[in-house]
Amino acid sequence: MSVETYTPQAFHRQAHDALGSPQIRSNFRKAMDGLMSKRRDVFSDWDLEALRELGANIRLRALARLPELLERLEANCEASGIKVHWAEDGEEACRIIRELCEARGAKSVIKGKSMVSEEMHLNAHLEAAGIEALESDLGEYLVQLNEQTPSHIIMPAIHLNTDEISTIMHDKTGLARTRDVDVMTAAARAQLRERFMSADIGISGVNFAVAETGTLCLVENEGNGRMTTTVPPVHIAVTGIEKVVEHLRDVPPLYALLTRSATGQHVTTYFNMISSPRKRGEHDGPEEVHLVLVDNGRSSIYQDDELLDTLRCIRCGACMNHCPVYTRVGGHTYGTTYPGPIGSILMPHMLGLEQTKDLPTASSLCGACGEVCPVKIPIPDLLVRLRREAVGEGRGNVPGAGVKRTKKEVAAWKGWQWLATHPSAWRGGTAIVGKLQALTPSKLGPWTECRTAPRPAKRSLHALVKRHQAGKDKSDAEKSAANHVIKKGKDEEERS
Amino acid sequence: MTPVKLYPPKPEKVYFFGTCLVDLFYPEAGLDGIRLLEREGIEVIFPEDQTCCGQPAYTSGYQQEARAVAVAQLGLFPESWPIIVPSGSCGGMMRVHYPQLFAGTEHERRATEVAGRIYELTEFLIHVCHLALEDRGGPEKVAMHTSCSARREMGLADTGPALLAKLGQVELVEQVRATECCGFGGTFAVRHPEVSAAMVDDKTRAIEAAGASRFVTSDCGCLMNIDGRFSHQKKGIEGEHIASYLWRRTS
Repeated sequence: MSVETYTPQAFHRQAHDALGSPQIRSNFRKAMDGLMSKRRDVFSDWDLEALRELGANIRLRALARLPELLERLEANCEASGIKVHWAEDGEEACRIIRELCEARGAKSVIKGKSMVSEEMHLNAHLEAAGIEALESDLGEYLVQLNEQTPSHIIMPAIHLNTDEISTIMHDKTGLARTRDVDVMTAAARAQLRERFMSADIGISGVNFAVAETGTLCLVENEGNGRMTTTVPPVHIAVTGIEKVVEHLRDVPPLYALLTRSATGQHVTTYFNMISSPRKRGEHDGPEEVHLVLVDNGRSSIYQDDELLDTLRCIRCGACMNHCPVYTRVGGHTYGTTYPGPIGSILMPHMLGLEQTKDLPTASSLCGACGEVCPVKIPIPDLLVRLRREAVGEGRGNVPGAGVKRTKKEVAAWKGWQWLATHPSAWRGGTAIVGKLQALTPSKLGPWTECRTAPRPAKRSLHALVKRHQAGKDKSDAEKSAANHVIKKGKDEEERS
Repeated sequence: MTPVKLYPPKPEKVYFFGTCLVDLFYPEAGLDGIRLLEREGIEVIFPEDQTCCGQPAYTSGYQQEARAVAVAQLGLFPESWPIIVPSGSCGGMMRVHYPQLFAGTEHERRATEVAGRIYELTEFLIHVCHLALEDRGGPEKVAMHTSCSARREMGLADTGPALLAKLGQVELVEQVRATECCGFGGTFAVRHPEVSAAMVDDKTRAIEAAGASRFVTSDCGCLMNIDGRFSHQKKGIEGEHIASYLWRRTS
């Protein structure tokens, strides 16, 4: 397997490649089908709409008071000994974490799963500074061994099947070739266990940061999160500023939504609540706990009352699992840290529309993402909003706004607008198109590579209605009732 | 989600908004919709100056152009009669997005008023007309593809199948992943043709595997897409707008 670099600019080429790969097609289709059905089953005995409403309201309430809640979070964390750091962008967050590592003379870091750390390319940054960072989430571990990036935010190695994993384990760790998942898991576990014990620092993400108590909640299934946050002498938690919630009581509904939406689980195997470093007299836990709060474009999203909804996200991945585009092209095709629908509304803010202009259009606006979102983010509306920004008809506050506006396309839409606002020209135009029906091209670019070309009708609906109203269609419509009587505003009515 | 809609009693008259796709490519579907309504004793007013709801520009981000075209439609329905649209997609545009499109503009009130009177055709036939149908056709296995806009934007997953259930000789078969998009998505099919092609290919396979000899849909975009794929493969499975199918089998 070769190391591949994916970029959002190359979405079309990457989609082409993915669509042509039976492996990718079947790996994703099977996995997404499984996740969709698990989610459906696990919510079957819940009032899902009420729960989603609650989830959305909790997130909206937190976002409405985000600056204040972040300050409360900071104060409450600091009061219990968690050091809080603020980073304006990914680069600053990397620098803060590297300096914390260097202050401890750390050479080896063990990591729990964190999409924010992916977003800021933390591993590469640490490696450049001579600090080795090892991923301990099984999926992340495999992806790291394979020198790839995650293809899904919850299941980073979902693009790999058992045979591919077997090859990676063999090539990279020397494990004898096997298709036995338990053997491979045990081998990874043994290697990781060793590294948990020897790591100088553990780095994790955060699922919910509770402002009123200064508690960092971490949701996971493998126990690697607990090991990462308790075994090494230092724990650094890194998260986006939007992950804050106001109350501890806000957590259970969001947790219920998160696990069910993500993996169809009632609960995860582990739910960690981190509230301080090791206290005097305690026998375990890290000596130092740090929280790095990363902005990286979030406060700019926050300024816009529509785009703000993007920040409700609790990173469950349900929008990917249900997206017919993601299911077919896979996560790497998007070329961004967050793929799928949520990525298409989030990444333009982080990378700018110059790089990401093909992402908001990579959706049929089928609405499946918005329908399953546990916090009711209006993803299709936000995709349309970003399309507007890309062609320069939005509010202009997304980086790269207007980059997609071309004279040719504007002229085409203006022409369409003129026609659709001049009804007699419209009728004349459709009549001409109908008359020239025989001249309709049978090839219409990519459309006709797999479909026949649509043929304009000889008579438009406007024309048919006119004939109908004049009673003329009685003779030419074979099956339309011969005794059907046209009435125009008459009280009399006859049934066919 | 759209709030629960209270359906009015059957009115004396309705407006019919045909949509541009029907106007150009599937006029019979529009006319059959009109015939179904007229057979229920409703006078159908077809405003002659109608063109397009504005959706193509709206979903492409061309907000000003979409507004200009939508404004031109707002004035076509001066009386308080319901407005019937034989498409979940254009219906969704007018019911759900018109108020958003005109929010904060001088047209907001009128747009909201018009939006409140929009009904998708199958919705209106079921919930307002309480349509009774006498099936005159032979036995047939049919699949229904409900458009994503009808299903999710307008909340009308059941009205099409409910109408088909009234046809005694018709067996409605359900294709796998029936709720999944067919890959049309308006300009999506143009901007991402390969992904769209993969989607419609899966959709036609599912309909074929369900054993249907025909499929119906309430949206002409999906019809053009799925039927175009079937006829390209010369599969012999034909598609039809549900209005035409209902009219054909009961007239």
